[in-house]
Amino acid sequence: MSLRTFKGGIHPDDSKTATNGKPIVKLAPGNRLYFPLQQHIGAPLTPKVGVGDAVKLGQVIADSESFMSVPLHASVSGTVSDIGLYLYPTGLKMPTIVVDNDGQDTLSEGIGPKPDPETLSPEEIRAVIRQAGIVGMGGAGFPTHVKLTPPADKPISYVIVNGAECEPYLTSDHRVMLEHPDEVLYGARVVRHLFGLKDAFIAIEENKPDAIATLQEHAADDDGIHIIALKKKYPQGAEKQLIHALTGRMVPSGGLPADVGCLVLNIDTAAEICRAFTQGMPLIRRVVTVAGGAVAEPANIETRIGVPFRELIDCAGGLTCEPGKIIMGGPMMGIAGYSLDVPVVKGTSGILAFRPDEVAVSPESNCLRCGRCVQVCPMHLLPAQLNAYAGKGDYEKCEELDVLDCIECGCCSYVCPAKRHLVQSMRAAKQAVQIQRGKAKAASK
Amino acid sequence: MDSNTLVVSSSPHIKSRETTTRIMLDVAIALVPALLCGIIFFGVRALYITVVSVVSCVGLEYLWQKLCKKRVTISDGTALVTGLLLAMNLPATAPWWMVVVGALIAIIIAKQLFGGTGHNFVNPALAGRAFLLASWPVLMTKWVAPFTLGFSVAPDLLSSATPLAILKGTAEGQLPSLMDMFLGNIGGCIGETSALALLLGGIYLLLRRVISIRIPLSFIGMLAVLSFLFPGAGMDRLTYAAYSILGGGVFLGAFFMATDYTTSPITGKGQILMGLGCGVLTFVIRRFGGYPEGVSYAILLMNIATPLIDKYLRPTKFGATKRGRSHVA
Ligand code: SF4
Ligand code: SF4
Repeated sequence: MSLRTFKGGIHPDDSKTATNGKPIVKLAPGNRLYFPLQQHIGAPLTPKVGVGDAVKLGQVIADSESFMSVPLHASVSGTVSDIGLYLYPTGLKMPTIVVDNDGQDTLSEGIGPKPDPETLSPEEIRAVIRQAGIVGMGGAGFPTHVKLTPPADKPISYVIVNGAECEPYLTSDHRVMLEHPDEVLYGARVVRHLFGLKDAFIAIEENKPDAIATLQEHAADDDGIHIIALKKKYPQGAEKQLIHALTGRMVPSGGLPADVGCLVLNIDTAAEICRAFTQGMPLIRRVVTVAGGAVAEPANIETRIGVPFRELIDCAGGLTCEPGKIIMGGPMMGIAGYSLDVPVVKGTSGILAFRPDEVAVSPESNCLRCGRCVQVCPMHLLPAQLNAYAGKGDYEKCEELDVLDCIECGCCSYVCPAKRHLVQSMRAAKQAVQIQRGKAKAASK
Repeated sequence: MDSNTLVVSSSPHIKSRETTTRIMLDVAIALVPALLCGIIFFGVRALYITVVSVVSCVGLEYLWQKLCKKRVTISDGTALVTGLLLAMNLPATAPWWMVVVGALIAIIIAKQLFGGTGHNFVNPALAGRAFLLASWPVLMTKWVAPFTLGFSVAPDLLSSATPLAILKGTAEGQLPSLMDMFLGNIGGCIGETSALALLLGGIYLLLRRVISIRIPLSFIGMLAVLSFLFPGAGMDRLTYAAYSILGGGVFLGAFFMATDYTTSPITGKGQILMGLGCGVLTFVIRRFGGYPEGVSYAILLMNIATPLIDKYLRPTKFGATKRGRSHVA
């Protein structure tokens, strides 16, 4: 049987061998941790603690009234030493709570196992998940309880846990599936129960046969759990492509997975849902792959949220040379950073440090119209033409050519022999179109 | 480490090793068998013409870019490929100055005046050939039979009619065997006669994924089908179809000229349409034009139609809704 997949996409060298065989190591948090106030998509948080306050492990240190937000918890016990602007991994400065670790890990009151989710109503389950501060941990940081609240007219028929991990270098999800399969399965069952469904699907790329086998073994007694092998191809783990490969359904342009009755969860997110119920522990840790040519001993590291990148790099044997580039996330969609003095946040799936020779930027040359970008675009757009129109500032034409459908996966830039900065121009054009639409809306009011 | 030494650029942070230069080099490599056949059949003069053509194309591009104070891009290999393709489309008897004029048309008029690599709207080498054919029709059709040409062109050299001219009845002569047609042991341009050599090069390009099968297959297929359905008077259908696709530079055109990135459609569907169009036009020009060949003009016409094809044959985007291309609000 040919494996399920989608049309388009690329086959980069997955570069996972440096870390996919390495068990997760636990990093003890250092003296000072940083908690930026907005690690999720949605409303910003307000601090619930002041400078000088003592905080305990798992205590809520910032929250918001808004539904479109999740609380933030201290990942260690200690004292708040500052609240101010600090560098965020994306390069912006963001209001941040700084906690000096006392090394005691004194647990906050009220942390303990929650009732069996099977006995809880959907509302109660969502409340537990929100209270645990859980967001999509693949990078974007969309609040999970919001995702679990689709509009009433859009019934969910597929619950999918996304174990594709198609980004090169990253192996954290892979290791979590191998080492904590029961937690992943527990999370899948909770969500399945929430929607009153019998089945849940865990989709994994074929390059992780051990993860597929492990999960199959652990789910052997549950015929409502389906482990599905997918073809290895980037971006197999992109939500829309994943849903299409698995169900044959296409999320409509501009729509959400719920529009086709699907709900997709990240692996680590599923595992966090498990901890939120079985231990009552909020999201205070995550697994991060630390890799790249400039890292001495690439590793999968379980770290507390708030620990600076530098400590993770040191845990991975330090740097072998001055890095040429530092990336948060994977090499295809991750964000290049300015510094190692930024904290791990809920969406940090990987930290990559590349040698200068690995990141040499080649100058752009003229587009040959070779069509490679068109062949690989998983959204079936025309990157070369969008790039040309964006270059001329003709954003109307970009809108007409569906630039808003671009998922910024990077396939087009990856294959372009002329090394054109295609994704960069897609982003610029998307922003321009959205601003234009906002203006049009405001004017029509 | 400080932020001055860190590259902070937009994702993706890894790129394929493919470059323009590498692709052009592959095209040049793929043309080697055809060039070798040209030299075997038409003598060392074929090599001489090729060298003149390549040097003129690369040299003219360099001079032009220097004069206009533009970035010199001869290292991208596109001028090299244009030079090779121009030579493949010339008879080995061509005088050197004609080759230089052809290069001038190809590089300066067809390519640089339109903005250089990627901006020309017709295939430069074909533009050069078409210009020469219109200006010096006699010199451009002075074919010689294989193995008769020394280095200098003897004035009394017998011109050998091309098989297509014989087929059409515009020239006298004995039709060569199909095997000779396949091997290239016939009169014609330097690089167009050996279907075998061109096929080898084409397969190399397919394996290296420089081109896709879409254009060559739909081009040759369409021409074969039409020739089969409407054979020439008194000819067996199959034989006629075989002569049609083996003669007149169809393989050179289908694998190397019509697949030129810049002047062929960017989408898969568009490329199939391009190939089909080339096949139909080649057939029509051969049958109804006063002219036995037709590949070059067919491709040139489809080059001109390419922007239109790209405009109307867009891929259906992922998740397009039935209500049309608009977004779900
Ligand atoms: S891949 Fe690059 S060179 Fe090829 S068509 Fe797209 S933008 Fe142009
Ligand atoms: S245009 Fe957008 S969706 Fe298409 S390949 Fe490029 S980045 Fe991916």
